[in-house]
Amino acid sequence: MKHVIAVLVENKPGVLARVSTMFARRGFNIHSLTVGPTEDPTLSRMTVVVDGPEMEQIVKQLYKLVHTVKVTEFEPGTAVEREIMLVRVKADPKRRGEILDAARVSEAKAVDVGASTITFEVVGPPERLADFLQLMATYGVVALAKSGRIALARDQKSTKKQLKSA
Amino acid sequence: MPEQLSGAQALIRSLEHEGVEIIFGMPGGAILKAYDPIIESPIRHVLARHEQGAGHMASGYAHATGRVGVAMVTSGPAATNLLTALQDAYMDSVPMVAITGQVATTSIGNDAFQEAHTWGMSMPATKHNTLITSVEEIPDTVREAFHLASTGRKGPVLIDIPKDVLADTMTWHRPGEIKLPGYRPAVKGHVRQVKAALDLIETSQRPVLYIGGGVVAAGATAELKEFAERINAPMVTTLMARGAFPDSHPLNLGMPGMHGNYTATTALQRADLLITIGARFDDRITGDPKRFAPEAQVIHIDIDPAEIGKIRFADVPIVGDAKAVITQLLEQSEGRRPAPARLPWFEAIREWQTNYPLAYEQDPDGPIQQQYVIEELHRITGGDATIVAGVGQHQMWASQFWGFEEPRRWINSGGLGTMGYAIPAAIGAKVGTPDELVWAIDGDGCFQMTGTEMITAAVEHIPIKVALLNNESLGMVKQWQHLFYDGRLSETELHPHTPDFVKFAEACGGVGLRADRPEDVARVIEEAMAINDQPVLIEFRCDPEAMIFPMVPAGGSNDDIAMSREDFMSVEDPA
Repeated sequence: MKHVIAVLVENKPGVLARVSTMFARRGFNIHSLTVGPTEDPTLSRMTVVVDGPEMEQIVKQLYKLVHTVKVTEFEPGTAVEREIMLVRVKADPKRRGEILDAARVSEAKAVDVGASTITFEVVGPPERLADFLQLMATYGVVALAKSGRIALARDQKSTKKQLKSA
Repeated sequence: MPEQLSGAQALIRSLEHEGVEIIFGMPGGAILKAYDPIIESPIRHVLARHEQGAGHMASGYAHATGRVGVAMVTSGPAATNLLTALQDAYMDSVPMVAITGQVATTSIGNDAFQEAHTWGMSMPATKHNTLITSVEEIPDTVREAFHLASTGRKGPVLIDIPKDVLADTMTWHRPGEIKLPGYRPAVKGHVRQVKAALDLIETSQRPVLYIGGGVVAAGATAELKEFAERINAPMVTTLMARGAFPDSHPLNLGMPGMHGNYTATTALQRADLLITIGARFDDRITGDPKRFAPEAQVIHIDIDPAEIGKIRFADVPIVGDAKAVITQLLEQSEGRRPAPARLPWFEAIREWQTNYPLAYEQDPDGPIQQQYVIEELHRITGGDATIVAGVGQHQMWASQFWGFEEPRRWINSGGLGTMGYAIPAAIGAKVGTPDELVWAIDGDGCFQMTGTEMITAAVEHIPIKVALLNNESLGMVKQWQHLFYDGRLSETELHPHTPDFVKFAEACGGVGLRADRPEDVARVIEEAMAINDQPVLIEFRCDPEAMIFPMVPAGGSNDDIAMSREDFMSVEDPA
């Protein structure tokens, strides 16, 4: 089962290396990891999707890193989760219309059209991306780029309030 | 007028502010700048012969004194040589600060001379590490490093400083307030959990206090004694906790585990409650964790939340400092009814003690038995010595046969099992506690790894004593080859290629003595005891065939303890 965790870390050089080294060192498997700034310039937010049953250890080991400020594990349904994907699909001029119709239903946006391919951008919850990929498989996916997941809790708390409740 | 200091001066000044009295190290290109202000500094510097030695010296110092040990070396190969000592200290939670030189910031990443990615390599081997990139960061970074090393679960912290940062100048300022928003080590345990623990203890028929090195680190030995007596529970002290509780106390069963004594190991195995304090269910204690203490509920008290539930589920987890939590247990147990007598449990324990004691025989005409040396050493010193061991059979015998009465008098490499630890660590311990008698008990394999630090001991007038138990082999490994590889000895016999250890000690500037036969042992120890102005080494020519027992084979169950080689053949699990 996949778990989603948000890790607020101090925005310091090398903090990503600390986190990824810890995962490697402890034998934890990362499915995806994203990192970026927050509204507070001293903090970065990582969203890590992990496989496996060692969630308690993962959270505790993350907290052992001195630059980790707060770790939150999202229960299913308690966070807004998003991914972005660029997917290039084989598109004979004859079948273009059909493919574009299918894409519209999935809220995929055509961002590049070539002689024999179309590239779509899909943004949304992970299931939407998975569904679209499945749909396009029949036409032939020739290239794929996919981001890791980002997530925010649905409790409308500010980062500052979250830290206070730590 | 604000004082202008170089980075190097600011570094040494910062160390002085932390109360550092000694640095173990070795200079070199990138760290050269920092060695200049040492000449004027009140801080003493001990020049090691190898950077690994400097690291273990800092560790031995920290073990013996409870203070932060400091090692300083240059970049590249010096830093990589230091890594072993860092990982060693990390595994055993030893407070240390390591300072490494680095190539100039402008050269980092260019494969410059003596460049190594120290920061990256030391990351998983330290509690925390920092690459300083600006001279202004020095005071705060040093303050933080000492704070991190010496609080919470203690451990090594590394500061990597490029040489241009050491050369740069700054207006000296004292470090500001520590800003580590993510670092909040727990101190006190949860009141409700403490009560839950006391409830379990009260109803337990077969409790065992399972005591680890965390109790020594927390300085909780007095509280532990009061608590053990109050709840009337027998206790085992792990390899890292020898001396946390007097071995002479009737509640102390001694060391459990792979080479623990029968009673300690079996008491853990048969317990209905483990009161675990500052211990981490290491595989050398549990054997196969699935078959470990099958009937026991577990109270687990540890300052590191990640240790709780890592190996064994805790029925009552308590995160906190051992001293603080034991104090809470004492306070909250006031007014409770007195502890039960638990007569059947103590009867069973006394029966094991009678039937399965630690035993060996010294044939007066045979080779010297290693256990005999340790017992004679204990008798002649009255047990009033700090014992520092390497890793292997000699380490296990020392832990088994020495009666420890006080904390910080037993120093060894527990978690990492670093051969060669004894000599440098003994030097560090002697420097930190110059009025104590410090005996390294070492093996010939270990000694050949770091024996050159005897030069350091001689040159720096650090009069350690070394009992070298020479069995002409890598004894522990040879034992495994005897037991698990049908006696096919592969690369474990050191004879006849061992140096003349007596001459070696003398060549290093110390005194070398030798005991060839059992009747020499006491006399030569007495001779060594009379030498107090220089290091002295005794080579005891010991039984090359001696094996360490009891033994639970790796991954086996603590139900199957082999008391002897013959016994081993009958209990060995064919699976």
